[in-house]
Amino acid sequence: MDIIVVGCGKIGSKIVQSLVEEGHDVVAVDNNSTVLESITNIYDVMTVCGSGTDCETLQDAGVSEAELVIAVTASDEFNMLCCYLSRKMGAKHTIARIRKPEYNLESLSFLKHQLNISVVINPEMYAAREMYNIVRMPSAVKIESFSGRNFEIIEIVINEGSALDNLKLMDIRSRFKEKFLVSVVKRGDEVFIPDGNFVLRKGDKIGLTGESGEILKLMRVLGLERKQARNIMLLGGSRIAYYLAVKLIASGHRVKIIERDPVRCDELSDLLPKAVIINGDGAQQEVLEEEGLNTTDAFVALTGMDEENILISIFASGKHVPKVITKVNRGELAEMANNLGIDTVISPKQIVADRIVQYARALENSLGSNVETLYKIMDEKAEVLEFNVKSDFKAMNVPLKDLKFKDNILLGGIIRNRKSILPTGNDVILEGDRVIVVSESRRLNDLSDILR
Amino acid sequence: MMNRRMILLRVGQMLVLESIMLILPLIISIIYGEWDSMTAFSETIGITACLGLLTVIFIKPHSKVIFAREGFAIVASAWVFLSLFGALPFYFSREIPNYVDAVFETVSGFTTTGATILTDVESMSHGMLFWRSFTHWIGGMGVLVLIMAIVPTDSGRSMHIMRAEMAGPVIGKLVPKIKDTAKILYIIYLALTVLEFIFLLLGGMPVYDSAIHALGTAGTGGFGIKADSLGSYNPYLQWVIIVFMYIFSLNFNLYYLLILKKFIPVVKNTELWIYTAIVLVSTGIITFSIYPIYNNVHDSIRHAMFQVLSISSTSGFSSVDFNTWPMLAKAVLFILMFIGGCAGSTAGGLKIARVMLLSKIVKRDIGHLLHPRSVSAVKIDGKTVDNNTIQGVSAYFALYTFLIMCTFLLISFEPFNLETNISAAVSCINNVGPGFSVVGPMGSYADYSDFSTIVLTFAMLFGRLEIYPLLLALSPRSWFTSSNKSKFRRAS
Repeated sequence: MDIIVVGCGKIGSKIVQSLVEEGHDVVAVDNNSTVLESITNIYDVMTVCGSGTDCETLQDAGVSEAELVIAVTASDEFNMLCCYLSRKMGAKHTIARIRKPEYNLESLSFLKHQLNISVVINPEMYAAREMYNIVRMPSAVKIESFSGRNFEIIEIVINEGSALDNLKLMDIRSRFKEKFLVSVVKRGDEVFIPDGNFVLRKGDKIGLTGESGEILKLMRVLGLERKQARNIMLLGGSRIAYYLAVKLIASGHRVKIIERDPVRCDELSDLLPKAVIINGDGAQQEVLEEEGLNTTDAFVALTGMDEENILISIFASGKHVPKVITKVNRGELAEMANNLGIDTVISPKQIVADRIVQYARALENSLGSNVETLYKIMDEKAEVLEFNVKSDFKAMNVPLKDLKFKDNILLGGIIRNRKSILPTGNDVILEGDRVIVVSESRRLNDLSDILR
Repeated sequence: MMNRRMILLRVGQMLVLESIMLILPLIISIIYGEWDSMTAFSETIGITACLGLLTVIFIKPHSKVIFAREGFAIVASAWVFLSLFGALPFYFSREIPNYVDAVFETVSGFTTTGATILTDVESMSHGMLFWRSFTHWIGGMGVLVLIMAIVPTDSGRSMHIMRAEMAGPVIGKLVPKIKDTAKILYIIYLALTVLEFIFLLLGGMPVYDSAIHALGTAGTGGFGIKADSLGSYNPYLQWVIIVFMYIFSLNFNLYYLLILKKFIPVVKNTELWIYTAIVLVSTGIITFSIYPIYNNVHDSIRHAMFQVLSISSTSGFSSVDFNTWPMLAKAVLFILMFIGGCAGSTAGGLKIARVMLLSKIVKRDIGHLLHPRSVSAVKIDGKTVDNNTIQGVSAYFALYTFLIMCTFLLISFEPFNLETNISAAVSCINNVGPGFSVVGPMGSYADYSDFSTIVLTFAMLFGRLEIYPLLLALSPRSWFTSSNKSKFRRAS
């Protein structure tokens, strides 16, 4: 598919990388030729140097034949104008990054409609949403929900002495009465789609699929259900902090935000009257301890510097804060942070790239079984996809035990009429179902791709 | 640290490809029943294929990541090995008994120079002559670009290789994927070659001759099969060659734009018009200068234009012996050798794009002397050229001049006159082929000693790869990290 990415900053280049890995024909547009040169050196893309709102530049990038134009420059207004022009010049779909809170209230749907933008992405909002999910269930490393929000995949790490340690997957059903499925396991650097003979060990990171309620019950049985985080400390008053605070306050949490810049503090206190805003340097241990780091239930490091976030998170973990969430934008640092013992790392960049890849895949086969949702899990080594089953699915109404699946693929669940089914050999896939598929290092575009 | 395995792997792939391409001249030898060259080709194919396959099968790179220096090293080593193995058929068949000469002839082929050490072309076998011209075609667009077009590579970093192998100051892609870009370029290349072949056939040229000349023109090489090059063919055929030499010395991107029906950027392409103007003006001057010899307007124009395009496209065919022309005509031709064709074509030389940029830089700097506070951008096709490119082009020009001086000095041990030596050096570096005097269109490089032959062989490789790849590959610092470290220690 022909895709144009306008703006090659942090998010832009991550998007370029993901789309190239997906095999799309990508043209990158930026007005900085140095950035473009480093991009052509690493990824197989064509680059056009110029402004994304300049018709000639867009023409050079081939906008009239483009399937999708993604505008992710630093300026919201620029992105909107770029998408608007691209649409007028013949691009079929557009995605704009719009992240100012004032655009994200009532005016957004109006803007979207008027400018003909297909999708509006707001990395900060996405990141805040994901962090909110984790604060709600602090024992998980990552939680993703599927349509209807009643079915989830969560990542947890098996600790020493856990009931899951040394358990053969076959025996799970007899040991636990909760309904869930171990769909994917990461041991060391390797990711497996486990079968019945697989034995779990401590230290494994596992992905569980199931209904939200069942998962919650399981957590209770495993003793992983900690008391809900009530006091939450946010370090850094960025946009993510704002979105996250709004959500947390709405669901009755107590939020404390520590921000260095007094002007920003004023703004935040104006926007979030219910939050406690502290003007201080979060890198000073004294400030953190004075503000009650020891008694807080969750700590979220959200400053603009990845390194600062990692170091302060290590400090917070050392102070026995029950849940520490770290925002890290650079992929290589995220991996290092994992090695340093920080388990919950959230990267807004990665979230956005996932959304765009998902949208691109759905576009590519808008006639077949649609990819409804796509998440990269297990540190990007596996994918979970939600498919909407359309009438052209090959193996409709055939019991699953009679189907031949490809290797390293697992059906994590079927959602039918708002009810979820954990698939067994006798279940069938029907039209209108939503099917959740977990796949290790395989690119799936269509539900039929899972069959041999 | 160099990713040596990746370099070896690419060289291995290149050898396999070369052995496949050698099958074509083998078939020609079989058709003409030339048993000696047949065995020579079979032996070469056997050796090349074995070595290549062994490398491809047994070398497993730890990492596929390559950087600019690996790109340069891959291109440089691939071209050296390509030539060393490509010379084997000449050597095995004893048609060129001296291996150094055989390598010179092959390098001259691959670099699309067309300089020859053969004194009697017409006595060579059909198979060998075909291979000689086929090397022009392979080398014209670049053998590694061909590999990119046909071998699936999952690394996005192949751009380094393409940039090192293609000629011109700035290499861009036509379409987002490098594989597709390489494919499009080769399809255009192949289509134009076939077109020329057909036009030559229509003019009554024998099939074999047509093929040879089509391949030679496409690569802008210039190996012929007659002692007087194209002199004995009729005017129609000479005109066909003239037109195609022009076509192959233009930027191939323009043809892609034409296929896409985007005419405006083609019409607005400054390089195209400057090149055309240079060709027309030179033709005019030479026609005026040689008119007294031929006393016929048509012949004068034809010969003038043929020679002008032959030199400026750096092909090196000839329709007459321009050695006998007046000084003015020869001077124009000599200057054209430096300029060369357009960037992104198969032609050699400095390239019009660089000459244009250089003259604009000079103009800007003179303006700067007059108005020291002035700020002015250098523009090409209405677009500002960034400072890196400007610096790159200036540095390239300095290196290029230096290279000509070195080559000239090194071959000056030979007992030839100044005209011969300087034109030999310039002609080899710019991949033109013939020079003046002894190395003129009817002469050859046969009288040069082995030492000078080797020097000129390197000069041709330097010229074709635009200096940097070979220069970096010959520098030990790019292969060993230890020297870097000791340097660092000294600095600290």
